[in-house]
Amino acid sequence: MDSLFQKLYDTGFATSIRESATLFPTIESIHVVAITLVVGSIAVVDLRLLGLASRRRAVTRLTGEVLPITWLAFVVAVITGLALFSSNAVKYSHNTFFLAKMALLVLAGLNMIVFHFITSRDIQRWDESPAVPGGVRLAGAFSLTLWIAIIVCGRWIGFTMSAF
Amino acid sequence: MDLHAFSEWLGTTPLSLLIQNVSWVIPTMQSVHILAIAIVFTSATMVDLRMLGVIGRDRPTAAYATRYLPWIWPTLVVLLLTGSVLIIGEPARSLQNPAFQLKMLLLILAMVSTFLLQRPMGRDPAYWELSGGRKATAALLALITLLLWVGIIFCGRWIAYIVVD
Repeated sequence: MDSLFQKLYDTGFATSIRESATLFPTIESIHVVAITLVVGSIAVVDLRLLGLASRRRAVTRLTGEVLPITWLAFVVAVITGLALFSSNAVKYSHNTFFLAKMALLVLAGLNMIVFHFITSRDIQRWDESPAVPGGVRLAGAFSLTLWIAIIVCGRWIGFTMSAF
Repeated sequence: MDLHAFSEWLGTTPLSLLIQNVSWVIPTMQSVHILAIAIVFTSATMVDLRMLGVIGRDRPTAAYATRYLPWIWPTLVVLLLTGSVLIIGEPARSLQNPAFQLKMLLLILAMVSTFLLQRPMGRDPAYWELSGGRKATAALLALITLLLWVGIIFCGRWIAYIVVD
Protein backbone atom coordinates (compact mmCIF):
# COMPACT_ATOMS: atom_id res chain seq x y z
CA MET A 1 0.00 0.00 0.00
CA ASP A 2 2.81 2.41 0.87
CA SER A 3 4.26 2.19 -2.65
CA LEU A 4 0.83 2.90 -4.14
CA PHE A 5 0.35 5.92 -1.87
CA GLN A 6 3.93 7.03 -2.62
CA LYS A 7 3.05 7.00 -6.35
CA LEU A 8 -0.02 9.11 -5.58
CA TYR A 9 2.17 11.47 -3.52
CA ASP A 10 4.61 11.80 -6.44
CA THR A 11 1.96 12.74 -9.03
CA GLY A 12 2.07 16.28 -10.40
CA PHE A 13 -1.43 16.84 -8.99
CA ALA A 14 -0.43 15.97 -5.41
CA THR A 15 2.86 17.86 -5.71
CA SER A 16 1.15 21.06 -6.83
CA ILE A 17 -1.24 20.94 -3.83
CA ARG A 18 1.69 20.27 -1.48
CA GLU A 19 3.89 23.01 -2.87
CA SER A 20 1.26 25.73 -3.25
CA ALA A 21 0.71 28.10 -0.35
CA THR A 22 -2.97 28.57 -1.16
CA LEU A 23 -4.25 25.32 -2.77
CA PHE A 24 -4.33 23.16 0.38
CA PRO A 25 -6.23 25.66 2.56
CA THR A 26 -8.62 26.46 -0.31
CA ILE A 27 -9.45 22.79 -0.93
CA GLU A 28 -9.67 22.25 2.83
CA SER A 29 -12.14 25.15 3.15
CA ILE A 30 -14.35 23.63 0.42
CA HIS A 31 -14.05 20.28 2.25
CA VAL A 32 -15.31 21.90 5.47
CA VAL A 33 -18.24 23.59 3.68
CA ALA A 34 -19.15 20.20 2.16
CA ILE A 35 -18.83 18.07 5.31
CA THR A 36 -20.78 20.52 7.47
CA LEU A 37 -23.63 20.23 4.95
CA VAL A 38 -23.30 16.43 4.80
CA VAL A 39 -23.44 16.05 8.58
CA GLY A 40 -26.03 18.78 9.10
CA SER A 41 -28.41 17.40 6.48
CA ILE A 42 -28.00 13.83 7.73
CA ALA A 43 -28.73 15.13 11.25
CA VAL A 44 -32.01 16.64 9.94
CA VAL A 45 -33.10 13.14 8.88
CA ASP A 46 -31.72 11.46 12.03
CA LEU A 47 -33.55 13.91 14.30
CA ARG A 48 -36.78 13.08 12.44
CA LEU A 49 -36.16 9.35 12.93
CA LEU A 50 -35.46 10.00 16.61
CA GLY A 51 -38.75 11.91 16.87
CA LEU A 52 -36.95 15.08 17.97
CA ALA A 53 -37.68 17.38 14.98
CA SER A 54 -39.87 17.62 11.83
CA ARG A 55 -42.26 15.25 13.61
CA ARG A 56 -45.27 16.23 11.51
CA ARG A 57 -43.46 15.76 8.20
CA ALA A 58 -43.53 12.39 6.40
CA VAL A 59 -40.10 10.74 6.55
CA THR A 60 -40.09 10.11 2.78
CA ARG A 61 -41.01 13.75 2.03
CA LEU A 62 -38.17 14.95 4.25
CA THR A 63 -35.58 12.54 2.83
CA GLY A 64 -36.70 13.36 -0.72
CA GLU A 65 -35.92 17.00 -0.02
CA VAL A 66 -32.79 16.66 2.12
CA LEU A 67 -30.85 13.67 0.75
CA PRO A 68 -30.11 15.20 -2.70
CA ILE A 69 -28.33 18.01 -0.79
CA THR A 70 -26.50 15.38 1.29
CA TRP A 71 -25.31 13.44 -1.77
CA LEU A 72 -24.19 16.53 -3.67
CA ALA A 73 -22.21 17.74 -0.66
CA PHE A 74 -20.84 14.22 -0.09
CA VAL A 75 -19.48 14.04 -3.65
CA VAL A 76 -17.72 17.39 -3.12
CA ALA A 77 -16.37 16.17 0.25
CA VAL A 78 -14.98 12.97 -1.32
CA ILE A 79 -13.31 14.78 -4.24
CA THR A 80 -11.74 17.45 -2.01
CA GLY A 81 -10.87 14.80 0.60
CA LEU A 82 -9.03 12.71 -2.02
CA ALA A 83 -7.12 15.81 -3.15
CA LEU A 84 -6.07 16.60 0.44
CA PHE A 85 -5.12 12.95 1.00
CA SER A 86 -3.00 12.80 -2.15
CA SER A 87 -0.87 15.75 -1.02
CA ASN A 88 0.57 13.65 1.82
CA ALA A 89 -0.79 10.17 1.06
CA VAL A 90 1.68 7.92 2.89
CA LYS A 91 1.61 9.94 6.09
CA TYR A 92 -2.21 10.21 6.11
CA SER A 93 -2.53 6.46 5.51
CA HIS A 94 -0.59 5.86 8.75
CA ASN A 95 -2.51 8.43 10.81
CA THR A 96 -4.70 6.80 13.44
CA PHE A 97 -7.46 9.41 13.20
CA PHE A 98 -7.53 9.19 9.41
CA LEU A 99 -7.90 5.39 9.60
CA ALA A 100 -10.60 5.75 12.28
CA LYS A 101 -12.43 8.28 10.11
CA MET A 102 -12.40 5.89 7.13
CA ALA A 103 -13.62 3.00 9.31
CA LEU A 104 -16.43 5.16 10.69
CA LEU A 105 -17.41 6.20 7.14
CA VAL A 106 -17.70 2.51 6.20
CA LEU A 107 -19.88 1.91 9.28
CA ALA A 108 -22.08 4.91 8.40
CA GLY A 109 -22.44 3.50 4.88
CA LEU A 110 -23.36 0.05 6.22
CA ASN A 111 -25.90 1.62 8.58
CA MET A 112 -27.46 3.42 5.60
CA ILE A 113 -27.57 0.22 3.51
CA VAL A 114 -29.19 -1.75 6.34
CA PHE A 115 -31.70 1.08 6.86
CA HIS A 116 -32.51 1.34 3.16
CA PHE A 117 -32.94 -2.37 2.46
CA ILE A 118 -34.12 -3.82 5.78
CA THR A 119 -35.15 -1.33 8.49
CA SER A 120 -37.33 0.83 6.23
CA ARG A 121 -39.07 -2.00 4.36
CA ASP A 122 -42.34 -1.30 6.20
CA ILE A 123 -41.96 2.48 5.90
CA GLN A 124 -45.58 2.91 4.67
CA ARG A 125 -46.72 1.97 8.16
CA TRP A 126 -44.78 4.73 9.97
CA ASP A 127 -43.88 7.27 7.26
CA GLU A 128 -46.42 9.86 8.50
CA SER A 129 -46.17 8.95 12.18
CA PRO A 130 -44.22 11.18 14.59
CA ALA A 131 -43.11 8.10 16.53
CA VAL A 132 -41.31 5.47 14.49
CA PRO A 133 -40.42 1.85 15.48
CA GLY A 134 -37.49 1.27 17.85
CA GLY A 135 -35.23 -0.15 15.14
CA VAL A 136 -35.68 2.97 13.03
CA ARG A 137 -34.88 5.21 16.00
CA LEU A 138 -31.79 3.12 16.64
CA ALA A 139 -30.65 3.62 13.04
CA GLY A 140 -31.05 7.39 13.50
CA ALA A 141 -29.10 7.38 16.77
CA PHE A 142 -26.36 5.24 15.27
CA SER A 143 -26.05 7.50 12.21
CA LEU A 144 -25.92 10.71 14.27
CA THR A 145 -23.25 9.27 16.59
CA LEU A 146 -21.12 8.00 13.69
CA TRP A 147 -21.19 11.32 11.80
CA ILE A 148 -20.31 13.31 14.92
CA ALA A 149 -17.36 10.95 15.45
CA ILE A 150 -16.35 11.38 11.78
CA ILE A 151 -16.16 15.17 12.21
CA VAL A 152 -14.19 14.84 15.46
CA CYS A 153 -11.69 12.43 13.83
CA GLY A 154 -11.34 14.80 10.88
CA ARG A 155 -10.38 17.67 13.15
CA TRP A 156 -7.87 15.50 15.05
CA ILE A 157 -6.21 14.46 11.77
CA GLY A 158 -5.19 18.08 11.30
CA PHE A 159 -3.88 18.20 14.83
CA THR A 160 -1.79 15.06 14.62
CA MET A 161 -0.41 15.69 11.11
CA SER A 162 0.92 19.21 11.62
CA ALA A 163 0.69 22.27 13.82
CA PHE A 164 -2.77 23.20 12.50
CA MET B 1 -3.93 49.29 25.31
CA ASP B 2 -3.83 48.38 21.63
CA LEU B 3 -4.85 45.03 20.14
CA HIS B 4 -1.28 43.74 20.07
CA ALA B 5 -0.68 44.55 23.74
CA PHE B 6 -4.09 43.14 24.65
CA SER B 7 -3.45 39.80 22.95
CA GLU B 8 0.01 39.60 24.54
CA TRP B 9 -1.57 40.21 27.95
CA LEU B 10 -4.42 37.74 27.28
CA GLY B 11 -1.86 35.10 26.33
CA THR B 12 -0.23 35.37 29.78
CA THR B 13 -3.42 35.03 31.85
CA PRO B 14 -3.82 31.79 33.88
CA LEU B 15 -6.86 30.73 31.81
CA SER B 16 -4.92 31.12 28.56
CA LEU B 17 -1.97 29.18 29.96
CA LEU B 18 -4.32 26.41 31.08
CA ILE B 19 -5.83 26.14 27.57
CA GLN B 20 -2.35 26.20 26.01
CA ASN B 21 -0.98 23.51 28.32
CA VAL B 22 -3.83 20.97 28.26
CA SER B 23 -3.30 19.49 24.82
CA TRP B 24 -6.83 18.20 24.17
CA VAL B 25 -8.67 21.48 24.90
CA ILE B 26 -8.11 23.23 21.56
CA PRO B 27 -8.88 20.29 19.22
CA THR B 28 -11.93 19.41 21.35
CA MET B 29 -13.22 23.00 21.21
CA GLN B 30 -12.57 23.06 17.46
CA SER B 31 -14.54 19.82 17.05
CA VAL B 32 -17.55 21.21 18.94
CA HIS B 33 -17.14 24.47 16.98
CA ILE B 34 -17.30 22.69 13.61
CA LEU B 35 -20.31 20.57 14.68
CA ALA B 36 -22.08 23.78 15.69
CA ILE B 37 -21.18 25.30 12.31
CA ALA B 38 -22.77 22.23 10.69
CA ILE B 39 -26.03 23.01 12.52
CA VAL B 40 -26.01 26.74 11.72
CA PHE B 41 -24.91 26.35 8.11
CA THR B 42 -27.36 23.54 7.32
CA SER B 43 -30.25 25.38 9.00
CA ALA B 44 -29.44 28.55 7.05
CA THR B 45 -29.09 26.54 3.85
CA MET B 46 -32.53 24.95 4.23
CA VAL B 47 -34.24 28.32 4.82
CA ASP B 48 -32.24 30.06 2.11
CA LEU B 49 -32.85 27.32 -0.50
CA ARG B 50 -36.59 27.62 0.21
CA MET B 51 -36.46 31.40 -0.20
CA LEU B 52 -34.56 30.88 -3.47
CA GLY B 53 -37.26 28.44 -4.61
CA VAL B 54 -34.80 25.55 -4.93
CA ILE B 55 -36.67 23.32 -2.45
CA GLY B 56 -40.20 23.08 -1.00
CA ARG B 57 -42.07 25.33 -3.43
CA ASP B 58 -45.29 23.48 -2.51
CA ARG B 59 -44.88 24.47 1.16
CA PRO B 60 -45.05 27.91 2.82
CA THR B 61 -41.74 29.67 3.56
CA ALA B 62 -42.90 29.89 7.19
CA ALA B 63 -42.68 26.09 7.50
CA TYR B 64 -38.93 26.33 6.82
CA ALA B 65 -38.47 29.39 9.02
CA THR B 66 -40.15 27.76 12.03
CA ARG B 67 -38.36 24.42 11.53
CA TYR B 68 -34.81 25.72 10.98
CA LEU B 69 -34.31 29.34 12.13
CA PRO B 70 -34.75 28.60 15.88
CA TRP B 71 -31.66 26.35 15.68
CA ILE B 72 -29.42 29.18 14.48
CA TRP B 73 -29.43 31.63 17.40
CA PRO B 74 -28.77 29.23 20.33
CA THR B 75 -26.13 27.42 18.28
CA LEU B 76 -24.42 30.77 17.64
CA VAL B 77 -24.02 31.02 21.43
CA VAL B 78 -22.19 27.65 21.37
CA LEU B 79 -19.98 29.02 18.58
CA LEU B 80 -19.31 32.17 20.58
CA LEU B 81 -18.33 30.17 23.68
CA THR B 82 -16.10 27.62 21.92
CA GLY B 83 -14.66 30.39 19.75
CA SER B 84 -13.86 32.43 22.87
CA VAL B 85 -11.92 29.50 24.37
CA LEU B 86 -9.93 29.23 21.12
CA ILE B 87 -9.18 32.99 21.17
CA ILE B 88 -8.13 32.97 24.85
CA GLY B 89 -5.89 29.96 24.16
CA GLU B 90 -4.24 31.51 21.09
CA PRO B 91 -4.93 35.27 21.19
CA ALA B 92 -1.98 36.32 19.03
CA ARG B 93 -2.91 33.84 16.30
CA SER B 94 -6.53 35.00 16.14
CA LEU B 95 -7.29 38.57 17.23
CA GLN B 96 -4.71 40.22 14.97
CA ASN B 97 -5.30 37.78 12.11
CA PRO B 98 -6.92 39.41 9.04
CA ALA B 99 -8.82 36.15 8.34
CA PHE B 100 -10.29 36.28 11.86
CA GLN B 101 -11.16 39.97 11.56
CA LEU B 102 -12.87 39.40 8.20
CA LYS B 103 -14.69 36.40 9.69
CA MET B 104 -16.12 38.58 12.49
CA LEU B 105 -17.24 41.21 9.96
CA LEU B 106 -18.94 38.58 7.79
CA LEU B 107 -20.53 37.06 10.92
CA ILE B 108 -22.11 40.39 11.86
CA LEU B 109 -23.42 40.77 8.30
CA ALA B 110 -24.79 37.19 8.30
CA MET B 111 -26.58 37.82 11.59
CA VAL B 112 -28.07 41.05 10.22
CA SER B 113 -29.28 39.41 7.00
CA THR B 114 -30.74 36.44 8.92
CA PHE B 115 -32.50 38.88 11.25
CA LEU B 116 -33.87 40.87 8.28
CA LEU B 117 -35.21 37.65 6.78
CA GLN B 118 -36.71 36.43 10.05
CA ARG B 119 -38.21 39.58 11.57
CA PRO B 120 -41.10 40.32 9.15
CA MET B 121 -42.20 36.67 9.38
CA GLY B 122 -42.78 37.12 13.11
CA ARG B 123 -45.66 39.50 12.39
CA ASP B 124 -46.88 37.83 9.21
CA PRO B 125 -45.65 34.29 8.44
CA ALA B 126 -46.56 34.73 4.75
CA TYR B 127 -44.79 38.12 4.51
CA TRP B 128 -42.24 37.09 1.85
CA GLU B 129 -44.86 35.42 -0.34
CA LEU B 130 -47.32 38.32 -0.68
CA SER B 131 -45.80 39.96 -3.77
CA GLY B 132 -43.25 39.33 -6.50
CA GLY B 133 -41.10 42.14 -5.11
CA ARG B 134 -41.03 40.58 -1.67
CA LYS B 135 -40.21 37.16 -3.11
CA ALA B 136 -37.28 38.68 -4.99
CA THR B 137 -36.10 40.55 -1.89
CA ALA B 138 -36.24 37.35 0.17
CA ALA B 139 -34.35 35.44 -2.52
CA LEU B 140 -31.65 38.13 -2.63
CA LEU B 141 -31.32 38.20 1.16
CA ALA B 142 -31.16 34.38 1.18
CA LEU B 143 -28.42 34.29 -1.46
CA ILE B 144 -26.38 36.93 0.39
CA THR B 145 -26.81 35.05 3.68
CA LEU B 146 -25.71 31.75 2.13
CA LEU B 147 -22.61 33.32 0.57
CA LEU B 148 -21.78 35.02 3.88
CA TRP B 149 -21.84 31.68 5.73
CA VAL B 150 -19.59 30.10 3.09
CA GLY B 151 -17.24 33.08 3.47
CA ILE B 152 -17.27 32.65 7.26
CA ILE B 153 -16.28 28.97 6.94
CA PHE B 154 -13.47 29.86 4.50
CA CYS B 155 -12.13 32.58 6.82
CA GLY B 156 -12.31 30.21 9.79
CA ARG B 157 -10.11 27.65 8.06
CA TRP B 158 -7.70 30.31 6.76
CA ILE B 159 -6.99 31.59 10.30
CA ALA B 160 -4.72 28.54 10.63
CA TYR B 161 -2.72 29.47 7.51
CA ILE B 162 -2.20 33.21 7.89
CA VAL B 163 0.69 33.66 10.27
CA VAL B 164 0.62 36.74 12.47
CA ASP B 165 3.81 37.67 14.27
